Amino acid sequence: MEALQITWFLLVGILIIGYAILDGFDLGVGFWHLFAKKKGERTAFIHSIEPFWDGNEVWLLTGGGALFAAFPPVYATVFSGFYLAMMLVLVGLIFRATAIEFRNKVESPVWVKAWDIAFAVGSILPSVLFGVAIGNVLLGLELNPIGDYTAGFFALLNPFALLCGLVGLAMFALHGALYLSMKLEGDIVARTRKWAVKAWYAFLPLFMIAVSYGIKNCIYGIKAIPMVLIILALIANSLVFMFNKQGKAAAAFLSSCCTIAFVMLAVAGALFPTVVPCTNNPDWSLTVFNSSSSQLTLVSMLVIALIGMPLVLGYTFFIHRVFKDKVKVHND
Amino acid sequence: MDAVLLARIQFALTIMFHYIFPPLTIGMGWMIFMYNTRYQENGNLLFRQLAQFWTKVFAITFVIGVATGITMEFQFGTNWAGYSRFVGDIFGAPLAAEGIFAFFLESSFLGILLYGRKKVSQKMYWFSSFMVALGATMSAFWIVVANSWQQTPAGYKIVTETVNGVEVSKAQLTNFWEAVFNPSTIPRYSHTVTGALCVGVFFILGTSAWQILKGRHVEFARASMRTAIIPCFGVIMLTLFVGHHHGHQVSETQPAKLAAFEGLWETQTHAPLMLFGMPDQKAEKNKFAIQIPGMVSLFIGGKFDTEVQGLKDFAPEDRPPVALSFWSFHLMFYMGVWMALLAFVGVILWLKQTLWTTKIYLWAAALTVPVPFLANEVGWMAAEVGRQPWVVYNLLRTESAISASVPAGQVLASIIIFSMIYVLLFGIWIYLLKRQFHKGPDSLESLEAEVK
Repeated sequence: MEALQITWFLLVGILIIGYAILDGFDLGVGFWHLFAKKKGERTAFIHSIEPFWDGNEVWLLTGGGALFAAFPPVYATVFSGFYLAMMLVLVGLIFRATAIEFRNKVESPVWVKAWDIAFAVGSILPSVLFGVAIGNVLLGLELNPIGDYTAGFFALLNPFALLCGLVGLAMFALHGALYLSMKLEGDIVARTRKWAVKAWYAFLPLFMIAVSYGIKNCIYGIKAIPMVLIILALIANSLVFMFNKQGKAAAAFLSSCCTIAFVMLAVAGALFPTVVPCTNNPDWSLTVFNSSSSQLTLVSMLVIALIGMPLVLGYTFFIHRVFKDKVKVHND
Repeated sequence: MDAVLLARIQFALTIMFHYIFPPLTIGMGWMIFMYNTRYQENGNLLFRQLAQFWTKVFAITFVIGVATGITMEFQFGTNWAGYSRFVGDIFGAPLAAEGIFAFFLESSFLGILLYGRKKVSQKMYWFSSFMVALGATMSAFWIVVANSWQQTPAGYKIVTETVNGVEVSKAQLTNFWEAVFNPSTIPRYSHTVTGALCVGVFFILGTSAWQILKGRHVEFARASMRTAIIPCFGVIMLTLFVGHHHGHQVSETQPAKLAAFEGLWETQTHAPLMLFGMPDQKAEKNKFAIQIPGMVSLFIGGKFDTEVQGLKDFAPEDRPPVALSFWSFHLMFYMGVWMALLAFVGVILWLKQTLWTTKIYLWAAALTVPVPFLANEVGWMAAEVGRQPWVVYNLLRTESAISASVPAGQVLASIIIFSMIYVLLFGIWIYLLKRQFHKGPDSLESLEAEVK
C-alpha cells in the first residue's frame, strides 16, 4: 500500500510537472505579449501556441482529476482553502483560452487590443498565483482537525508566498522567451533571446532568495534530496544561459524544461511525505499516507494511467511533429 | 445569505452556462465527421464546404466549452470540500479518466482539424475529425459515470473513521466496474448523448433555415438543411426512446424523484399523468391539475394497475422541490415532442421537395434553434433538482457537502464575477456566430483552387 501511495504522489507530481513545462511556455508567451512591439509579432505569438495550448491545459485538468482521485482530502483542503486565488486563476484561464482563439477572428483594432490585454493578463495571473499557492503549501497552512483551512484570505499573501509567485512568473517568462526563440523566424528571434537573458537574470536571484528563505523558515526543513534537486535545477539553469547565448534554441528550451522539472521535484522532495503541512498542529498535516484513497481506487487508477499515459505522450509527440514548422512574423 | 444556497447557485450557474456548449460540439462534431466522410468517399467539394464552414462554427463554440469546463473540474474542491472528502475515493477517478482518455484525444486532434488541413494527408484529416467527435462523446461518458454514481451509488461501502479525534464517514470503492456501470449510467449516458446530438443537428437545421429566410448563402444553407433533416428525425426519435427507458430506470432507483417529476403525492395504481398543474409542497397537493388517468402507471409498468410510489411515502425533509422538478421535467418532455413533430414534418416536406419553399416551416425551424439547448438544460435541472435534498442519493445531504472554510461573502463575490464574465462570453459567442453566418462558407471556386 505504501509503495502505491508513493507511486501516486509521483504520478500526480508528473502531471503537474508536465503541466508546468507545457503550459509554462504558453503562459510565458502571454507574458511577452505585453512587450511585443508590432501587431504582426503578437499575431505570430498566438500562432506559435495555437495548436498546442488546449492539449497543454489538459495536463492541468488531468492533474486536478488525479489529485482528486488519489488524495481527495488534499484536493478538498487546498482548493477550498485557496478559494479566491483559485477563482482568479480560473478567470485568467478563461480569458486566455478565449483570447487565443478569438483574437485573430475579427479585423478591428479595438477587438485585437482587448484580446491582447486579456491574453497577457490571463497568462500573468495564473503564473503568479500558481507560485503563490506552492509557496503557501511549502510554508504550511492553518487547519482544523478535518482539514479545513482556517486562517483567511490575507494570510495567503505572505512575503514568502508572494516571492514564490514572482519566481513562478520569472520561470515561465524565461521558458516562454526560449520557446519563442525556438519557434519563430526572423528579426524577432534576436529580441526573444535578449528577453530570455533578462528573465534569466530575474529568475536566478529570486529563486536563490526563495531557497534560502525556504531553508530557514519551512517547518519541514530542507533535506538532502531537495538540496540535490535544487543543485540540478541550478545546473540546468546555467545550461539555459549558455545555450541561449550560443543561439542553440532547442537545447536552451530543453534545459529550461529540465529546470522546471527539477524545481518542481525539489518542492515535492521538500514536502514528502507531507503534502499539506499543518502549522498549528503538525499531527493534523495531510500526508501521502494518511490522505490517500483506498488501495482498490489507487490500483484501478494505476491501470487507467498505464493504459492512458502512453496514448497521451503519443498524441503530444504527434501534434508537435505535425506543427514542427517555424512561425513567420508578417509585418503590417 | 445562506452558504448552502450560495454554493448551489454557484454550481447551477457554472454548470448551466458550461452546458450550453458541449452538447453543441458533440452533435456538430458528428455532423462534421459525416461531411468529411462523404467528401472522402466521393470528393464532392460541397461536402468539403459543409465540413469547413461548420468546423468554424464548431471552433468558436468549442473554446468557450473548454474555458468554462476548467471551472467545473475545480469547483468540487473549491465549493464542495465536504463532498470531495466524502466521495473522492470514487468520484475523482472518472474525472481523471475523462482527462486521460477523452480530453487529450480531443484537444490534440482538434489542433489538426483547425490548423492542420495543409499539414497532414486528407485521410489523416478525416481521421482527426473522427477522433474529435469520438473524444467529445467519450468525455461525456466519464462525466456521466461520475454523475450517475451520485444518483444511484453502487460498488462502494461506507466507512467511518476517527481522524484527529473527529468522526468522519466516507464512501469507499469496493468494485470498480459496479461503480462505473451503476444502475443509471447507461440509461443516463444514452439519453445525454442523444440529447446532445439533437442540439447539434437542430442547430444546423434551424440556423440554415434562418439563412434561407434572410436570403443569405441560400444554396449552401439548403445543402445544410438537406443533410440535417434525416439526422434530426433519427436522433430525436432515439432521444425519446432512450428517454423513456431512462424514466423507467428512475422509477426503480429514485422513486422520490419520479414522484416529483409527475407531481404524484399518493402511492397508487392507475397513477395519472399530469399535463399541467402547480404542485404545492406545503399543502401536498396540486392546483389547476389537468390529468390523463392511468398514464404514468402505463408508462412505467406497461399496465394500468402498476403501483407507483407517491411523495407522501417519503418524509417531508427527504422530498425534492416538487414544483421545480415537475416543471423542468415536463418542459423537457414538451420540447422533445415539439422537436419530434418538427423533424417529422420536415421529413415529409423533404420527400415532397418543398422543404426550402415552405416559409412557415423555415420560420418554425429557425425559432426552434434555442429549444434543444433549453431541453438539455431543464432535463439536467430535473435530474439534479430531483435528487435533492441529497447530493449523493440517500447517503450525503447537500448541506453537509459544502466547503465549510469558504466564507459566504467570497462565494457571493465569485458568483457576481462569473455572472459578468458569462454574460460577456455569451455576447461574444453570439457576435462571432452572427459574423460567421453573415460571411458564409468559402466559395466552391476557392475550395477548388485549394485542392489543386
